[in-house]
Amino acid sequence: MSGVSLMKEIVEKLVKIVGAEFVSDQPEERYIYSMDPGTMPPREPDIVVIPGTSEEVRQIMILANRDEIPVVPLGAGLVLSGLSRALKGGIILDMKRMNRILEVNETSRYAVVEAGTSQGMLQAYLKKHHPNLKHSAPDAPPVATIAGNVSIHGSGHLSHAAGFHSDMLNGLEVVLPTGEVARIGSCATSPYWFSRAPLPDLAGLFLGWAGTTGVITKLAIKLYPNYKYNDVGIFVTEEAQLIPDILHRMTGTQVAEDMTTWMTPKPDWARGFLHCDINFGANTKDELIWKRNLIRASVQEYIDQKVAGFMPLPPAMKQPFLEVPARTLSRFADVRRGGGFEYVGAIMPVDLFPEAYKVGLEIADSLNVNYSLGSRIIGVNHCMMFFYAYAFNRADPADVERAQKALEETNRIVVDMGGIPWKAEAPAQKEIIRKMDPNMFDLMNRIRAVLDPKGIMNPGNWEED
Amino acid sequence: MYELNYDLQICEQCETCDCLVNCQYLDFDLKSAKIEKQNILMGRDSKVLDECVTCYACEEYCPNDNHPFYLIVERQEEKGILPAPAPITKQQIIMMQPRGTITPAQVRPPVINMCYFPMLTGCIRGKLYEGASYIVGSDIFCNVMWLHFAKNSIIRERLPRMIDNIWSHYLRDSGVNELVCFHDECFGTFTQLATAFGIDVPFKSIHLFEYLSKKLDALQDQIQPVNAKVAYQRPCSNRLVPETQHWVDNIFQRIGIERVEREYDRENALCCGQVFRAHQRDELADDVQRRNLDDMQQAGANYCVFNCPACFFTLAEAVSERGIFPILMSDLCQLAFEKGT
Repeated sequence: MSGVSLMKEIVEKLVKIVGAEFVSDQPEERYIYSMDPGTMPPREPDIVVIPGTSEEVRQIMILANRDEIPVVPLGAGLVLSGLSRALKGGIILDMKRMNRILEVNETSRYAVVEAGTSQGMLQAYLKKHHPNLKHSAPDAPPVATIAGNVSIHGSGHLSHAAGFHSDMLNGLEVVLPTGEVARIGSCATSPYWFSRAPLPDLAGLFLGWAGTTGVITKLAIKLYPNYKYNDVGIFVTEEAQLIPDILHRMTGTQVAEDMTTWMTPKPDWARGFLHCDINFGANTKDELIWKRNLIRASVQEYIDQKVAGFMPLPPAMKQPFLEVPARTLSRFADVRRGGGFEYVGAIMPVDLFPEAYKVGLEIADSLNVNYSLGSRIIGVNHCMMFFYAYAFNRADPADVERAQKALEETNRIVVDMGGIPWKAEAPAQKEIIRKMDPNMFDLMNRIRAVLDPKGIMNPGNWEED
Repeated sequence: MYELNYDLQICEQCETCDCLVNCQYLDFDLKSAKIEKQNILMGRDSKVLDECVTCYACEEYCPNDNHPFYLIVERQEEKGILPAPAPITKQQIIMMQPRGTITPAQVRPPVINMCYFPMLTGCIRGKLYEGASYIVGSDIFCNVMWLHFAKNSIIRERLPRMIDNIWSHYLRDSGVNELVCFHDECFGTFTQLATAFGIDVPFKSIHLFEYLSKKLDALQDQIQPVNAKVAYQRPCSNRLVPETQHWVDNIFQRIGIERVEREYDRENALCCGQVFRAHQRDELADDVQRRNLDDMQQAGANYCVFNCPACFFTLAEAVSERGIFPILMSDLCQLAFEKGT
């Protein structure tokens, strides 16, 4: 059977599974699904399919596995590093129809959602039905999916308090490349999705793999108290070498929810200054002030030395810094117009902050690109996601190329520095593999061979040259 | 250039040392006040230089108009004593710098100076401001705020340029020689601070309250009494021009307002607290705000009236939480004409 007739047959079978309105092999859909807003070149899929249930996903995987058709799971398509492009053609599995919020357990503070549920949907649902609870939302557009962000080890507004979003995962339902549906975590043996412990933790088989091991169809994530009173402090210094210790001291108080840093040349008053935003909440005003005082006391030495201090912001001016998600990055994303935006998010120890900052400035300067640098602290200063964001005009090929060079250069330097590019593009994955313990990479390949014997899951990712 | 007009002998001969003895934030008896004052005069280290909260009040307390506060700020800067951390001070200086975007424009009287607060230009409306022009922006910012940051040098550098901008871009060629200052900051700067530093001001400044009082007189038959009990939040910059204080009562009387009797009013007014936060003294700010708001509430105020935008933005939320309505003086006067419309 020729490739064309095989695809026609696959389309017909997919129509039988999900219905005609949810399958397309038309050029316009293939074009739209060929790219994300980042710099990676487009790659067209052969077919786009939008399943509505886990059962439909199961049938799709059986079909794809039988005929060795590549399958690329897709959330909102906002990963920016091209991970959901069909590098070797095949099927894009758009999960957005599977967006039901299945359960919220108020007492044990978790939510079970389908994989296409967006950050905004869950945020709005909790606000309406469970106003005392919130989830850790990333600073992404609200259409970004919960599952997508968890599966790439994302981070968000509760990451100082609770770690990576993958750390906040209680359990998964996944469809394996061979079509079996597996539950992982407490939900495998209990009606409750309360934890991944005490069972063998298989969730890691689907976290950080760039969709090369299976399709997540449901997941449970931890929820947290939604405080009545919230505040933010912005600690400012000009000395990058102080930042690791400042963060170490502030995180040591363990009273904040989120800590981020930001460095940008615009507006003028921000250039050359390093800002640490510390977000914290409380049930009462007294508790809020107590927390503020603890945070302040932790860095009083630097305040007394006059080398750093909190920006004096009246209450109304704090509002943009209390927004979840923050809109500032979205604004920066369009600074060049044309809708192009990508960043290298590098996971690294906080010790590397001064070096990471210096590198960002040097790259932006040498390539004359607009930059926005910053970081989000993960856990109690356990590590950080340091980001190098470059905005570009998608309609200007030279601008795209400049940003791409900046990203490649940043990835290379980050790896050399001892950091690891986060949600790495396919070329950056190869950089990581070059540095990786070969036995770990061998283990990855052996695991994949077991889970995905025909290599149909998002091929082209986590592969050597 | 722009030397502070200050007479050392007056201070040396001063028997009362009101500037320090009356301070609400530092505790001095006459003896210790004289010692500290002498230290300041002689350019020696002083607790005052380290602990001054920069409330401006000693400018009002001094019976000799000898500018004790400006001297404190002068000494702080000479000695490199920064009330706020260096990066905060530096960042504020950049944030508030003139953008150099001013262009000449014709204005007609009355010309209202809105300083650096474009978000308040909506206040210029209705009968009270009929036919008025307003000017606003970074290039006409009065720059008095640097007194809080031990930066008289920035005032010396920027203020003459701001005054010239107002004169040469707006007033001179429009044939206008009067400027109504919407804020105490600008009025205090042009009429008192500029004189103290020997900076020429080629136009006449009129305090907003004087302007409003006269307008209210002219519109007397259209006023509907507001019938409210208000607490007045006196701004630090009014300490430079206490002679304008009587206009507050004058306005209240004209629009049917009762100014509640309370502890922290008039000469005993408390700072809004925002400057203390810039100085990283949150606990002092909390305490001062709490006492101030308790006082307003206990006095039975249902409005808190502001003239300073910084005080307004700092305290508006907190007074609202106490069930007190925050309002600018200008908008309070508007109520006398907008009521029921």
